[in-house]
Amino acid sequence: MTAPVRRPHGSPRNLIGPLDYTRRWWMRFLVAATFLALYAPILTLIAYSFNDSRRNIMWRGFTLKYYEKAWNNDSLIDAFVNSLSIAVFSTAVSTLLGVLVAIFLWRFKFPGKSAYEGFMVLPIVIPEICMGVAMMAFFARVGWPTNLTWPFNLGNIIIAHIAFSFPFVAVIVRARMVGFNRELEDAAKDLGASEWQTMRDVVLPYLKPGIVAGGLIAFTLSLDDFVITFFTAGPNTITLPVKIFSMVRFSVTPEVNAASTILIVITVIATVLAMRFQAPQDKQEG
Amino acid sequence: MDSWRKNPLVFWVLNLSPSVWLVAFFIVPLALVWVLSFGEKRGLLDVAITGTLDNYARALQPLYLEIFWKSIWMAAAATMVCLIVGYPVAFAIAFAPSRWKPYLLLALMVPFWINILIRTYALIAVFRTRGYVNFTLEWFWDQANSLLGAIGLGGYGLMGARFEPLELLYNNFAVSLGIVYAFFPFMVLPLYANIEKLDRSYLEASLDLGAGHWRTFFSVVFPLTWHGALSGVIIVFIPALGAFFIPDLLGGTDSQLIGNVIERQFKSANDWPFGAALSFLLMYATFGALALRALVVGRKQGLEV
Repeated sequence: MTAPVRRPHGSPRNLIGPLDYTRRWWMRFLVAATFLALYAPILTLIAYSFNDSRRNIMWRGFTLKYYEKAWNNDSLIDAFVNSLSIAVFSTAVSTLLGVLVAIFLWRFKFPGKSAYEGFMVLPIVIPEICMGVAMMAFFARVGWPTNLTWPFNLGNIIIAHIAFSFPFVAVIVRARMVGFNRELEDAAKDLGASEWQTMRDVVLPYLKPGIVAGGLIAFTLSLDDFVITFFTAGPNTITLPVKIFSMVRFSVTPEVNAASTILIVITVIATVLAMRFQAPQDKQEG
Repeated sequence: MDSWRKNPLVFWVLNLSPSVWLVAFFIVPLALVWVLSFGEKRGLLDVAITGTLDNYARALQPLYLEIFWKSIWMAAAATMVCLIVGYPVAFAIAFAPSRWKPYLLLALMVPFWINILIRTYALIAVFRTRGYVNFTLEWFWDQANSLLGAIGLGGYGLMGARFEPLELLYNNFAVSLGIVYAFFPFMVLPLYANIEKLDRSYLEASLDLGAGHWRTFFSVVFPLTWHGALSGVIIVFIPALGAFFIPDLLGGTDSQLIGNVIERQFKSANDWPFGAALSFLLMYATFGALALRALVVGRKQGLEV
């Protein structure tokens, strides 16, 4: 990376240098148009969840009635509660598994390690639909019962979500692990700490921001997942994205916008928090 | 790093549960689908594993080949648009003053955090016949029409009798556009990573020696950053082929991606062996593309984007 070229003091600022691509009008226009195209549909969707008109066309004044309607829509609320329950269980287990993998890969070398690492990223790289149909076929084959009580009726979806979330957690925690000074661990052991004490009092506290970030990402991945849940879910275990999908296919109403807006707000907040937790480490590295 | 022999207990405590989980709830399901793909459908949910290759052969029938061809075409067109728009955007971010960079990258990432299904749905309001694109076009049409009226050409109906809204939704165009919208950041990020690393003196040299910006791009920038372009193309194109919900929401009756065919076999047509074969064909394509990239980019960069 080269340092940004500093203009000598007093040189005219309106002279565009050959590499000042961002100061060319056509470049600015293109970037502005791209960001407009990226944001306009989403902002429109959010705006129309507050619009006092059934047909999402003209602005007819502010209202919260579609949120009220969504709140009184039992199947929508059920779907939302399912989504949150799945996300909580999936986050707990996938964070644990992801941390184990991260520490394991950081600490040990063993024959076949790169193959093992390759396997661990498989859930990230294969197309979602392939994983979705695999889960569907698997649970049909296993004969997962459909009449269980909460939260076990969501068990198959939770299991599927954990399977695709924990490799992501592992990647995030491992990034944090890179900056760990191994001498701290040796020092703890020299001073008589056991394996478990070292882990609990030295390694885990250091990893904490990475673990929190990983957990938040696991939470949003689970809350947001549509494709894999679509194939895994039974008729009685609908999640919010699956519910939104069926509502959109049926008709486009501001109620869908309201439900979508809630999901957008939750996932964006969770992701912002995750980035915050990861940030200090980035500064150390850079 | 310790050898695993040094502390086998810790070794197994750490890796046992994740490994078991991955095998039981990921590898086994995939293996099951793989086995199913060699099966024959006997009853509603009854599949006999006979080792037949019929399911793969069926994918080569003209009917399906035509669907695949169209599907590949839509995804490829979308990928090209991402690439053509993505390069200048990645360039602009890479060459932006360093205090803007994090914000520009963040601005690119935020829509990406939002559920892909919701983003697809959001396009409907923009592109339908009574949506914003058509409203904007209608406004321009009205302006042009009144301009024609003002210069005395109003009576001839040069612009047509009235504004005809464009049918932008429920066709292949909408599907391609939906793919672009859903996967665009996937293209920009690897491009940005490569352009950022580019040694700027090469560009300066090229421009100093009299090459124009286009020539500099094609003879200097592209040859040095095409790895990023390749990564971008792979991570846009392959997931796009499986994104069955985009045609479901934005496509017409005959716009289908490979994902829709797979989804139908599992959800409504109930022909799991054929669906299994198709999903493994998609997996092989993924692995093929990743292997190709590993081969040309070199092992060093591995799976990082």
